[in-house]
Formats: sequence, structure tokens, C-alpha cells
Amino acid sequence: MPDYAIETEDLGRVYKIRGNKKESELRKELVALEKVNLTVERGELFGLLGPNGAGKTTLIKILTTLLAPTSGWARVAAHDVIQSPNLVRPRINMVSGGESSGYGLLTVRENLWMFSQFYGMPSKEANHRIVELLTLVGLQDRIHTKSSDLSTGLRQKMNIVRGFLTNPEVLFLDEPTLGLDVGASRDVRNLIRGWLDADKKRTLLLTTHYMVEAEELCDRVAIINKGRVLACDTPANLKRDLQRDAIFEIETSPLNGLSNKMLADQPQVKKAALTEMNGVAKLELVLVDESALATVINILSQNNIKVMRFTKREPTLEDVFMDRVGQRMEDVEKEDAPNEGK
Amino acid sequence: MKASESLAYSASEKVIGWRLFLKTILARAYPRIIGQQREKSWIFFEIFMPMLAVAAYVYVYRAIGAPEEYVGFVVVGGAMTAFWMNVLWSMSSQLYWEKETGNLALYIMAPNSMMAVLLGMALGGLVATTMRAVAIMVLGTLMFQVQFSVSSFTQLFAVFFLTMIALYGMGMMSASLFLLLSREAWHISNLAQEPIYLASGFYFPIKSFNFWVAAAASFIPLTLGLDAMRQLIFPSGAALGFLNVNLEITVLILLCIVFLIGAKFLLDYMERLAIREGRITESRR
Repeated sequence: MPDYAIETEDLGRVYKIRGNKKESELRKELVALEKVNLTVERGELFGLLGPNGAGKTTLIKILTTLLAPTSGWARVAAHDVIQSPNLVRPRINMVSGGESSGYGLLTVRENLWMFSQFYGMPSKEANHRIVELLTLVGLQDRIHTKSSDLSTGLRQKMNIVRGFLTNPEVLFLDEPTLGLDVGASRDVRNLIRGWLDADKKRTLLLTTHYMVEAEELCDRVAIINKGRVLACDTPANLKRDLQRDAIFEIETSPLNGLSNKMLADQPQVKKAALTEMNGVAKLELVLVDESALATVINILSQNNIKVMRFTKREPTLEDVFMDRVGQRMEDVEKEDAPNEGK
Repeated sequence: MKASESLAYSASEKVIGWRLFLKTILARAYPRIIGQQREKSWIFFEIFMPMLAVAAYVYVYRAIGAPEEYVGFVVVGGAMTAFWMNVLWSMSSQLYWEKETGNLALYIMAPNSMMAVLLGMALGGLVATTMRAVAIMVLGTLMFQVQFSVSSFTQLFAVFFLTMIALYGMGMMSASLFLLLSREAWHISNLAQEPIYLASGFYFPIKSFNFWVAAAASFIPLTLGLDAMRQLIFPSGAALGFLNVNLEITVLILLCIVFLIGAKFLLDYMERLAIREGRITESRR
């Protein structure tokens, strides 16, 4: 029998959204997760890739025993998250991007010590470990700094140390590099990979909406959108499916009213995404083959659009996402943004 | 030590059961006690400001020629106000702030008991607030020349500790209720503040109330606690007392049991409900 660190079957979560009193009879339902079936093996670094609101955080909350599913089941470290949360909790930890946990009046060391005590770590060992891990992330000189005085990046490093400190079997990282600058993100990614490589029994589930992060870090990736898992495989295998397609990026003069649909309706165009900024338009095209490029160029010239530059490139996870969802992740987020808070 | 060695660490045995429970209590009490040493603004807000209210009542009583014991009543009441404020703002509505910062999710996700977290909050709050209460008591005594005459130290300590256990037990119970609330927790605390000032008789003997009003107010542990303490530390306190001290001690013991057991059951229930409804990390949808 396979030794899975995480296992879900038909996992679903529906939120009931309460309106005001007048609308109380019209309770809306929001499907945050729908029939999610996933298995993550021990030792794996598994990525959940999807736009904001895709259901990634909901899934993590269920797996970390903070939220009950409304259908299906989930096991973490071989224990059911609903039936046996007390057996799951000692084996896991979680760090969220942008979290402001702990107490600002406490120093970095004191905050980390406090959380270690909730897991039953001996104080002496916890303090020794805190120094080691802070040295590793380059925070050793801030050990006596109040956490309220830390920058976002340093605070996030402290949070990651909190996650590692208790040596969990399964670590959940929810958007760990959210809001970090390039350097801090790279440090965090190196740390994550290093932690996992240091012990093959450790498992890490990471959610991100940064394609590069998923591609660089993850052994396997599940693409999730609107609560459904659309694809799940290694980044290489996901991209391989698209390798027979021709993927082009074209920069042109302004689009003169040319719409996405006008290109996407062409039989040889599998996917098209257009963006326009500062008088320069960018077209991202997935074509059946290279010969289809001529058709696209024709359409552009008929619309008096000048081609300034074009490149053919290898598929990325962004292309995989576009192929599965039909839109770029950025566009999905823009589309969903006006609905948030309604 | 190499980075890979640091990361390859495997933890030694972690404690579980009652030792984890105790560790959690101490760890959660720590920020409250240490925080007070680092943020000195409490000296102004929680000693100087309450002293103004105490002074106002003292001058009113002196102006109308009330017995001098009333001045002592006010000073003791002023000191005990610190505990009520602490329970209201740092126990009851605390879980709302913990939810906002993300700490609540980490407390629940960890293997510790939430009851231990609440007890830690209570212990830390009690220790920190005792310093404030003592400061108000000493200042008030010196400023207004209050005379004490303790009839029984044993009973006095018993009343104080039972009052604190019952009061913080009530705080733990209401904290469980507040687990489901979001910003409205703050408004409810605001709403509860003044009525409890009145009902608990912080600045006057509750015997002044109608018997049934005083009996209903006795549900708040501070009411009987204050009444019993005043009876024990002022010569004419017994004459102004609501019930016999021994009876008040018995009721306080019952309140301790009710509130602590209630907190445990309510916390378990509310935690399950909050997990089912998705309120551990988010406010009402």
C-alpha cells in the first residue's frame, strides 16, 4: 500500500454566504472546492498552482484541520483530518505568506520559543534550534529584535523558521513568497528546497500563483481553478503535452480594435491572449503548428497592425494553465477581482 | 555547522499530555507578562486614568459626609476594576484579535489544547493586572489615607483567589463565545463595560440595590468578591455587606466550577462549530 503523506477523495467545500437581514432567505452558496482527488507521496514537494480565489487556501485549511469539508475526505500523515485531528496536528505545521502571527512586543527568539512550546519541544532544544535556523536564514543578528520592528521579508523568514522549528512530517506553505522582493523570495525558495532535501521523509505542500516558483521548486504540480483540479503531474510532463504546439509571443503596434476572439476563432489558433500597454500590444498564441503563424500575420496586417517583434518559445506552466483554463492566470484574477466582496 | 546539517535535524521526543498542557499555559502567559514590561503606556492608561475615577467618587462621598469606609470601598473597587477591564478586553474579545493576526489558526492547528491557551491568557493577564491593581491600591491608600482592619487574612486570600478564578473562568467562557464573532466582539465588550461597573458595585456597596437586583448581579464574580473583601478589610464592612462572607465564599466556589467547566465545554463546542462554518480564519461570510 502506498505511503501517502496527503490523500484526498472527492473533497469539497461549499461556503454559505450570508447576506443582510432582508436577504437572509436568499443565502448564496460559494463552491470553493469540488471533488478534489489528490495524492502526495512522502518526500514530495507538491505545488498547488492557481489564481487567487481558486481554492488553494481552502484546501490547505482543510488539510491543516482548520476547516471541515462539506463532502469527501482527506488524510494527512495517514490520519483523517476530521475524525482524528489530534493525530494530524503534532505532525504538521503551516506558514502563510504575509501572515502577522506572533506578538510584536516579543523578540524573534521569544516568538519562536512560544510557538515551539505549543508543540511540546523541550525549551533548551528549542532555543538551540532557533539559533541554528535563524543563522541559516541570515536572521541571527535580529534574534533579540522585537518582531514588530522587522521588515516584511525578515518577518516572513521568521515565519518560515517557525514552520521548520517543530520538524513537521508535512509542512504546508501557503504563498510563502507573497509580497517579498526578488532576493528574499530566492532565499526562501532555497531554504524550502534545502529543508526538503535534508530528509527524504519530509513532505511539503506549497501553494503559489507564481508560475516560476512552481516550476523551479515543485516535483509535481496540480493546476487548480474555481475549486477544481484541472491537471496534476510533473512540470515537465505538463509542458510535454504542449510541446507539439507552436507557442509564439508577438509584439505589435496598438491593436486597433482587434479582439481576442477574432484570433481565437481561427481554426489553427488554439489559444490567444492579448494585452496592450503604453502603445505596445503583446500577443501570446498557442498555434496548432508553425504554419498557422502566416494566418495570424495576415489578420494583423488586415487590421493595420505592425509586427514589431516575434519569438517562438518553449512551453511554460503559464502556457499549460492557459491551455487548461482558456485564459492566462492574470486575466482570471482580473476577471474575478470585481466580484470579490460582493 | 553546514546548512544541510542544520536542516537535517530530527527533533527529540516532544512532551505530550499534562506536560504539554503546562508548557502551553506558560508559553501563552509569557507575552502578557513580558509585554507589560516593554510597553509602559499602561502606567498612564491603567493607573492614572482609573485613579481619576476613584478620586471623583472619594470627593463626592466626602462632600456629602458619607462614612469614611466608603472612601476605602472606592479605592478597593478602583483596584478591582483593573481585573474587570483585563477580563473584558484581554480575555473575552482577545480571540477576535488573535483571529485577525493569524495566531488563532496556529493555536488550533498545534497539538496543544485550546483550554491551555485560554488558561495561559488568564494566568498572564492575572499576573500583569495584579501589579496594576496593587499600584492603584497603594496610591489610593496613600492619597486618601484609607485605614484597613483585616478581620481574617485566610478568608481574604480565599475570597480574592476564588474571585479571580471565577472571573477569569467567566472570561474564558466568553472568549469561547467570541470565537465565532468578528468585529462585533469589540462592540459587545464596549457594551458590557459600563453596566458591569454599575452592577458589580465598584464604587458603592451593592446592598444599596434591591435584594433581587443584587442577587442577579452576583452572577458576576466580582460583585460578591468585592462585597466579601470589603466586609473583611473594613471595620464596619460587615454592616454594609450583602450576604454573609461564608455564604459568598460558597457561591464563589460554585461560580468557579460553573465557569471553568462551562468554558471547557463551550470551547470544545465552539471550536467544532467554527471549524465547520469556516470561522477560524475568516469572519462571518
